[in-house]
Amino acid sequence: MPAILAAPPGVAPPRPARRFRRPSVLPGFGLSFGYTLACLGVVVLFPLAGLVAKASGLGLGGIWRVATDPRVASALRLSFGVSLLAAFVASVFGFLIAWVLTRYEFPGRKIVDAAVDLPFALPTAVAGIALASLYAPDGLVGAPLDRLGIQIAYTPLGVFVAMTFVGLPFAVRTVQPLIAEIDKEVEEASATLGATRRATLLKVVLPPLVPAVLTGFALAFARGVGEYGSVIFIAGNLPYVSEIAPLLIVIKLSEFDYGGAAAIATIMLGISFLTLLAINLIQAWSRRRFGYV
Amino acid sequence: MASSPRAGGTERASTAIRVEAVSKTFDTAAVLHDLSLDVRAGELLGLLGPSGSGKTTLLRIIAGLDAPDRGRILFGGDDATGLPVQERAVGFVFQHYALFKHMSVADNIAYGLNARRRADRPAKAEIKRRVGDLLDLIRLSGFGDRYPSQLSGGQRQRVALARALAVEPRVLLLDEPFGALDAQVRKDLRRWLREIHDRTGQTTIFVTHDQDEALELSDRVAVLDKGRLEQVGTPDEVQENPVSATVLKFLGDSVEVEAIAEGGHVSVRGRATPVAAPAGLIGPVKLYVRPWQLQLVEPEAAHLSGVVRSSYRSQGRQRIEVEEAGGHVLAVEDFDGVRYAAGHPVGLRINGGYVFA
Amino acid sequence: MSEIASPVRLPETRPVAATGEGTGVRVLLIGTAITFLALFLVLPLGAVFVQAFAHGVSAYLDAFREPDALSAIRLTLTVAAIAVPFNLVFGVAASWAIAKFEFPGKTFLITLIDLPFSVSPVVSGLIYVLIFGSQGLFGGWLLAHGVQVLFALPGIVLATIFVTFPFVARELIPLMQEQGSSEEEAALTLGASGWHAFRTVTLPNIRWGLLYSVLLCNARAMGEFGAVSVVSGHIRGLTNTMPLHVEILYNEYNFVASFAVASLLAALALVTLVVKSILEWRFSGELAASRRH
Repeated sequence: MPAILAAPPGVAPPRPARRFRRPSVLPGFGLSFGYTLACLGVVVLFPLAGLVAKASGLGLGGIWRVATDPRVASALRLSFGVSLLAAFVASVFGFLIAWVLTRYEFPGRKIVDAAVDLPFALPTAVAGIALASLYAPDGLVGAPLDRLGIQIAYTPLGVFVAMTFVGLPFAVRTVQPLIAEIDKEVEEASATLGATRRATLLKVVLPPLVPAVLTGFALAFARGVGEYGSVIFIAGNLPYVSEIAPLLIVIKLSEFDYGGAAAIATIMLGISFLTLLAINLIQAWSRRRFGYV
Repeated sequence: MASSPRAGGTERASTAIRVEAVSKTFDTAAVLHDLSLDVRAGELLGLLGPSGSGKTTLLRIIAGLDAPDRGRILFGGDDATGLPVQERAVGFVFQHYALFKHMSVADNIAYGLNARRRADRPAKAEIKRRVGDLLDLIRLSGFGDRYPSQLSGGQRQRVALARALAVEPRVLLLDEPFGALDAQVRKDLRRWLREIHDRTGQTTIFVTHDQDEALELSDRVAVLDKGRLEQVGTPDEVQENPVSATVLKFLGDSVEVEAIAEGGHVSVRGRATPVAAPAGLIGPVKLYVRPWQLQLVEPEAAHLSGVVRSSYRSQGRQRIEVEEAGGHVLAVEDFDGVRYAAGHPVGLRINGGYVFA
Repeated sequence: MSEIASPVRLPETRPVAATGEGTGVRVLLIGTAITFLALFLVLPLGAVFVQAFAHGVSAYLDAFREPDALSAIRLTLTVAAIAVPFNLVFGVAASWAIAKFEFPGKTFLITLIDLPFSVSPVVSGLIYVLIFGSQGLFGGWLLAHGVQVLFALPGIVLATIFVTFPFVARELIPLMQEQGSSEEEAALTLGASGWHAFRTVTLPNIRWGLLYSVLLCNARAMGEFGAVSVVSGHIRGLTNTMPLHVEILYNEYNFVASFAVASLLAALALVTLVVKSILEWRFSGELAASRRH
């Protein structure tokens, strides 16, 4: 083998043995990667680490003590319970809206499609006061319901309305692209094989959408649990009744009870991470099962 | 006006690019093994190989888009291994053209000239003139103001070529230049590329997995397999004298026949064939026979025999599939003469073939 | 629907729909979806403007003669003018590093960048209080050196950067990944420097995605409530952003003024939605196809 043993004069050939990144002719990796890490560290990781440090100062026992305080426990129960319910309702209607928007042609479809993102774009405080004024006992929606004996504002129902509002776009936007991607031919194949429309929907169309619906549910839930601005105005914030966990953090902070605030925040962060984990597991499962997310 | 050294074996041509013992590994998979290749000035060299043979990687290493783990790239005798891609003066035509979508055709072609430092940049009028010339060359005069999205695949391909030629590269590198086009456009473009090459005398390397394309277009063909260079030669050379079974199989259909080599000759089923055995090769060997090297004869005079399984005619030739007693199927190509019905017993004579040590 | 209209209009009613729902079901589903959206999303938006103009145009305009309102508007614009460019530069750098290069741990890095989206706004504010607050990590040092972070512009900007951190990056990363690197490589082979290639090839290719993400980032930055509420200290005329000003006025039962300021934010949301939709219809090919909300 006539191997070239002599080192070439001049430029030494690059010799990447095992490097961190795969070599590329494009420049700027070091700069952009370094800047990314620096920003991430300063803005996100370091402050979050501060919270974790504060919480670990309290210890598990300390966090547990805060969590089992009756007022905190009732706020956490409300936040998680209602946001689960709101995420469920948002998922049901979100699916319906996504289906209608992708499957049917009707006048104004594009405008309706754009309106779905309203809760994303509308500042939460604005949504909050608008919902509060509408659902208050003297409001446009609240007044007729009040006559029926249903009170929404300043009750857990109000919390539910606000959380459904903010969660809806997540539920719609996670399923919508998948409904759009459904292969018409698969439905046609099912029909030619003699399946009824109902059977086609239940056995062919819907099953591949399940992971997306679950992901949308989890996202809507996560958003609802953490939601503050749109909830506090309509909730009335009665301790033990309609007081949500994020508000309790604010109250603890205003009492300079940093430890208590950190403890509630840690519990909420823990739930967020579990939700994120659940979403990732759903998507990993979906990828294995259906080949896409 | 350089004329193409198509005649074959033109040793007078100097080496434009030398690939010297290049190896490349991606992650853990070795893509190129100790590969060396000389590219002659002015030639049109086809890098032919199945997908995964490393041909595109080799092209990218020559361009400076990838760096070799070991080995050197020399441009006209100078080591270019460490030279950044910008300074290599290569014209690279990407498989999917990589035209700049937001620029007009003229701006695409002028990009390389406009990217130069002010001191080296031609005057605006000069750039305009050159773009006009190139548009003429690619037969797209009047298309300068269009955008890539308004062009057909073949037109985009030509714009990509003009863009690469605009910087007057010392070598033109084309990655699967016709891969994304449909059959008819492919044929036209092939002929056109050959014409352009003959006119400009531009040293050109192109990558393809299509044997016909490589054989039709190239002055010389380099056959790659699994990251190794199997053979380099004119299309005639590689077809007439393939150096290995890999090259032979890759260049076209063949049938494998059990044979015996002895006394400098190869015989099949005890009957001598015209195929010569390489010196020193004795014993059982595999004989590779092209379909047109098999002839249908009466069973008595045959090396092989079987029954016709199917036959079809195409473009003046007849292709017949013959099944041997053991179930082995042989393809035979013959002039469109006598028709054979399925089940008809036939004999086959071997008129040529290849054995490898 | 194909863009090329066929000259022959086929009858709209097909005899038997093999893969669709019947007209009745269809109308029912569309009706339900639109009613739900109208009641749930559009009504609150309308309520904002109705309430704002409840006592006429002059009462509406009076709300903006308040110096506190003007200072809130000024503060909101200032915060957005710092936070949005910061996240723009970060997003471009992060997507360059992540989309154009291969390195291990990429998915994890993207998860970290997305992290602020799964953190409750209140917690996002809290983490900065824990660091910069009087009992915080740097609290003492800052106090000793007379540097005001919390209850001042720096704190509000930091909290806003945190909550809008992922916007630009999560749009650009998938977009740049879809686009690949071959155009940049082509520019380099033509002799362009890395910076020249970035300016003349990469930036024009991502311009619509960039505009899209900056738009959403800006809407969130101007509208952020929870996180800013925690770090601002609610000092009227000094550290009140528009959403906080809306809250204060609302809590003082000054509904017209509150909804008047809110109407500005709602108008911003509407403009954002309209431009966003136009970008999606007109330049869908130049936005990330696989965006996650």
